[in-house]
Amino acid sequence: MPKIEINKELCKSCGLCVKECPKKIIHIGSTINSKGYNTAMQTDDNKCTGCKLCAIVCPDSAIAVYK
Amino acid sequence: MEKIYDRVSFTSSTVPTGFCPGCGHSTTHKLIAEAVEQYNIRDKFLTIYPVGCGGLGLTWINLNCIGAAHGRAGAIATAIKKTNPDNFIMSYQGDGDLASIGMAETIHAANRGESITVIFINNANFGMTGGQMAPTTLLGQKATTAQNGRNIEEHGAPIKMAELISGLDAPKYVARFALHNAKNVMKAKQGINKAFEMQLKNQGYAFIELISMCPTNWKMTPVQCAEYIDNVVLKTFPLGVFKDEI
Amino acid sequence: MNKQFIKGNEAIAESAVRAGCRFFAGYPITPQNEIPEYLSSRLPEVGGKFIQGESEIASVFMVYGVAATGIRAMTSSSGPGLALKSEGISVLAAGKIPSVIVNVTRGGPALGTIEPAQQDYLSSVHSPAPGGFKCFVLAPQNVQEAADFVYRAFDIADKYRAPVIVLADGMIGNMMEVVELPEMRDIEDLPNNDNWRFNKYNDDGSIRVLSTYCPTGAMLMAQNKKMKEMYDTWDKEEQQWDEYMLDDAEYVICAYGSSARIAKSAVKELRAEGIKAGLLRPITLVPFPKYAFEKLNYNKIKEMFCAEMSIPGQFIYDVKYHVLGRSKVLPIQTSGGVILETDIIINEVKANL
Repeated sequence: MPKIEINKELCKSCGLCVKECPKKIIHIGSTINSKGYNTAMQTDDNKCTGCKLCAIVCPDSAIAVYK
Repeated sequence: MEKIYDRVSFTSSTVPTGFCPGCGHSTTHKLIAEAVEQYNIRDKFLTIYPVGCGGLGLTWINLNCIGAAHGRAGAIATAIKKTNPDNFIMSYQGDGDLASIGMAETIHAANRGESITVIFINNANFGMTGGQMAPTTLLGQKATTAQNGRNIEEHGAPIKMAELISGLDAPKYVARFALHNAKNVMKAKQGINKAFEMQLKNQGYAFIELISMCPTNWKMTPVQCAEYIDNVVLKTFPLGVFKDEI
Repeated sequence: MNKQFIKGNEAIAESAVRAGCRFFAGYPITPQNEIPEYLSSRLPEVGGKFIQGESEIASVFMVYGVAATGIRAMTSSSGPGLALKSEGISVLAAGKIPSVIVNVTRGGPALGTIEPAQQDYLSSVHSPAPGGFKCFVLAPQNVQEAADFVYRAFDIADKYRAPVIVLADGMIGNMMEVVELPEMRDIEDLPNNDNWRFNKYNDDGSIRVLSTYCPTGAMLMAQNKKMKEMYDTWDKEEQQWDEYMLDDAEYVICAYGSSARIAKSAVKELRAEGIKAGLLRPITLVPFPKYAFEKLNYNKIKEMFCAEMSIPGQFIYDVKYHVLGRSKVLPIQTSGGVILETDIIINEVKANL
């Protein structure tokens, strides 16, 4: 099952991945990282297709994609 | 399961870039790091950094670099490439640095045509210093030094650098991309990679203009910036390849 | 035998090449045009590179970039061109980039004249740009010294990792004299710069960043202090001056550069008339040869003079400062391209016997 892993320390909560995800399964979560950002999270592993669009748009290389 | 996309190994996994959330500088640094890794050129890579937001990524990207004074990167990059042809030289500049104070150096570096890669981040304002009007600020766009918005009578029109550079003889690849969604980031990546390959084959000067989000000074969320780019910015700065003689 | 009958500017250029300079960037401005002209064809002969920069600003930054990769690099200009180079010189100093800047001085300020003058003393010596730094400054008095000092300048630059200004004037630049040019250095013999040049990673793989911006005041103060320590070292170890008939002199003329040459002739004529004149000629302007002023026998000295081609006077400030009130210092000045003459100096001395 494809999935993503978000590096919480690199994520800046910009929300571009949330907009980009075609399955709408990325959201800004409630975890706060050391810089004070609410980091993004994948909320439904099952629907991930490993399309990588989130990782591509992420300005901060915060997303790793597994397939 | 296999990892099919990851951060470039030599970049920092613990300390992010200093760019604002949603800033295209960060995206560009990512694409540059990916290209440096792909072509395995970290040893010979030398970035000429500007004055402006551009320098906020240098510890994250972890490559040797030389800081230029404001606007001078074109001169520095040209001279270093001429004397150190085995080094891979990338100059990295924003609106003020490349198109305002550095206009002479930019044009003449392009005209001399050394095989350097020029990355131009266009976010239509002076980012680092708080949003003053830049040569690329859009008509009607408000800036701290044009509080009623840019108007053509007083300020002239925004300068289209890719078009300007493509009018010179020496540049061989001149293109404009955007960074606001994955589709455009992928095209930008192809452009940057093409420019890198050109330098590796000593095929001449490449100029890549990248339309970037600036959430802080545009006073929008990153997602709103992406919409603004789609609906407004690209009408002034059309995307495309303006010159390709490769 | 390397003796040639050669123009000052060309001697400067050839001497740079022989010192191992392999990059020059500059812009046309009288009276130093022969330097870029000569180097445009000479540098390629030795595998070096020449660029006529689009401006003096671009030129100094080209030197900055190339010198940062460990290649010996030089630029040259005059008056208003030096004004444009200010930013670049401050970046060279703050970045600790070895480099040579030749200032072939002309009348000023602004466009001034194309004729020789010594009106860049305060700017070259005390404030090449804002920020409170200094360059090492050498002041030749003739074409031979211009060649020798440019040659030395590269070694000084490498030794201290600092920009060095060779303060010639338009007379020296344009005169032809017989000169023994220095030996051509073997590029392989130049000091190794692998431990700092910026197109190389550190041994542990970490990056090298050449930046002249400091994130905190504390960091910058620490850097400023280190610069001051370097200037103190220059003070202790590098002062250089010349004395002519100074031992029993009652009338001491201080002068540098072409003024010193003219003053020496004046001293000879005065001595022939039984007047005990002497000449004190600073060679390094930074570090200023204050030891020379300590050594003077102020009990013997009846009057001191400062001869320079600048109105208002500039060099006279430093002379007075180092004389420390132990004698008056009277000005002998022309300016704007009007050259000093022995008669002007002689008359002024005689008027104050």
